Amino acid sequence: MAGSRNWQPTAEAFALPLLSLAGALVLFGIFVALGGRDPVAVWRLLFVGAFGDAFSWQNTLQRSAPLMLTALCVALPARAGLVIIGGEGALVLGGLAMAGLPYLFTPPAGWIGTLLLLAGAAAAGACWIALAGWLRVWRGVNETISSLLLAYIAIAVFKQLVEGPLRDPASLNKPSTLPLAESLRIGSIGSYDVHWGLVWGICLCVAAAFWLGFSVHGFATRVAGGNPRAARLMGLPTGRLVVTACALGGACAGLAGGIEVAAVHTNANAALIAGFGYTGILVSFVARHQPLAVIPVAILFGGFGAAGSLLQRRLGLPDAAVQVLLGFAFVLILASESLRGRLFTLPAPLRRRTSIAAVAGAR
Amino acid sequence: MSAQAWLDVLIAVIGGAVRVGTPFLFVSLGECLTEKAGRINLGLEGVLVLSAMSGFGAAWLSDSVWIGVLCAGLAGAALALVHGVACSLPRVNDVAVGIGIMLLGTGLAFHLGKPLMEPQAPQIPSLALGGWSNSAAVQAALRINVLFPLGVALAALLQWGFANTRWGLLVRMVGDSADAARALGTSVNGVRIAATVAGGFIAGLGGASLSLYYPGSWNEGLSSGQGLIAVALVIFARWSPLRCLAAALLFGGAGAIGPALQSVGVGGAYYLFNALPYALTLLILVLSCSPTRSARGAPLELGVSR
Repeated sequence: MAGSRNWQPTAEAFALPLLSLAGALVLFGIFVALGGRDPVAVWRLLFVGAFGDAFSWQNTLQRSAPLMLTALCVALPARAGLVIIGGEGALVLGGLAMAGLPYLFTPPAGWIGTLLLLAGAAAAGACWIALAGWLRVWRGVNETISSLLLAYIAIAVFKQLVEGPLRDPASLNKPSTLPLAESLRIGSIGSYDVHWGLVWGICLCVAAAFWLGFSVHGFATRVAGGNPRAARLMGLPTGRLVVTACALGGACAGLAGGIEVAAVHTNANAALIAGFGYTGILVSFVARHQPLAVIPVAILFGGFGAAGSLLQRRLGLPDAAVQVLLGFAFVLILASESLRGRLFTLPAPLRRRTSIAAVAGAR
Repeated sequence: MSAQAWLDVLIAVIGGAVRVGTPFLFVSLGECLTEKAGRINLGLEGVLVLSAMSGFGAAWLSDSVWIGVLCAGLAGAALALVHGVACSLPRVNDVAVGIGIMLLGTGLAFHLGKPLMEPQAPQIPSLALGGWSNSAAVQAALRINVLFPLGVALAALLQWGFANTRWGLLVRMVGDSADAARALGTSVNGVRIAATVAGGFIAGLGGASLSLYYPGSWNEGLSSGQGLIAVALVIFARWSPLRCLAAALLFGGAGAIGPALQSVGVGGAYYLFNALPYALTLLILVLSCSPTRSARGAPLELGVSR
């Protein structure tokens, strides 16, 4: 009996997020219909804008690259038992490090210099998120609140430096840093309009999956996250594992910022603060904090982001329309957790009630 | 800087403590009520933004500031209801739902608030308590939002109510031991949903104070984390409504330092001064939390006081 039900958890892992997303699309349709727009046209544009042709695919993949990395910033600490939502701060600091380090020293031209700067970006992000993890371990400070506070502080530091000491005098009404040297930038893959950041994102998701699934350190981290008491009884250094997972996640988000600067913006300016850190939270929750599942989910949500600008141009919807869709999706995804393990047995209480009634009737 | 300039800064900070602190006060009272019932609602950040937008929109459309304030409260209560109901489902985590509500609330507010950037809405009237002084700075500092005395009264009422009323005891029982509440035949989820919704209404008044008093307009950077700071304040205030009042004033003062310094010509580190409340919140969390024992006064059912 139990053996025949083994397919159910797997089927639920796919069905629950898909049902929630469908529900979010329906709610979003009702929402835009209340605003006097045709929901069918909105759904169609969402799909066309995300996956309709080669151009929208390129736009989608371009946006999904940083989402994969910021989602890892949520997923890796989550596997160690922490809910970190300050990925935006790590991303912004990573971008700042990428654009700011060349002020301090002249990096060697070519890919060695790029790698050096990316390492700096990753280190900046790692320190920031590790700080939230360390405060949790050291003082028991709630990491969800502290990481978001740290994100606001990081954004303030970013704006202060970009509009102050690091400002390029030539950038008049859009304060930004000096542009990155041509040889240090990250180019696109072949003739496609998609930069190499996508490859970084996919590779790091795969690497994270291997680390969690096949390494002793990753296993210990999962034990520390799943049952801290058991982990301590086994003598695992839970504090160090937690801070390390946070640092790894932060490094990914910092890298996302560095790649955005080197591949898209070419300098650090306020356009970098585009909410990738917040969408990454949603991506990670939909992927249930599984690094491999992050890849397709990030592409899906990158698609929604890409479609957002089309909705804005064609139907005159505000740019926050996609945020509403994401909000609906997030709440439904979390609520769907209550159906886990019961999706295929929902009619069971009804069956039981009828059989009890039958017994009572026979008596 | 002269002594007079420093004095002006000090007066401006004291006045700003009330002006900037009013939204903190309402959100922290709302969160205090929610957490007393045993749930943490991080979504009050979204509640604050959505209610600020709704209040501004309603005041502009109806040309009546009090309809605006009421709508702000109702919008906050409606969004909090989503949180309350979603968290009542089995195995749904209240912190995660709070993040979802934060995203949903800000998304809805930014979407619906697009046409509200331009217009001017009627403003909440102020009480001029500085009439005794000849100094313009003192008079400006003591011109107080009428919602502030309401908030002070509410803090006192909650403090008294938690200790002395049937409702207050019910909320605290649900927050301290769900099992005991169930044994007495109380609906744990019912009380928690009611507390969350009431908390959302109170936090919504804070949103009205943002968009209808200070800064007194609607834009997308209106809150940027004030709701979240208020959530952290409740931990600092050890779940006591009157201490929430003191904490809100302290944070209002910290938030007023940046603009006050700027007004006397010290504007070098504008963004860093504006980030002061976040840094202060973090510092206070570090000082008031402990890894070995749960915080004193924390409702026992609360996940955040682990």
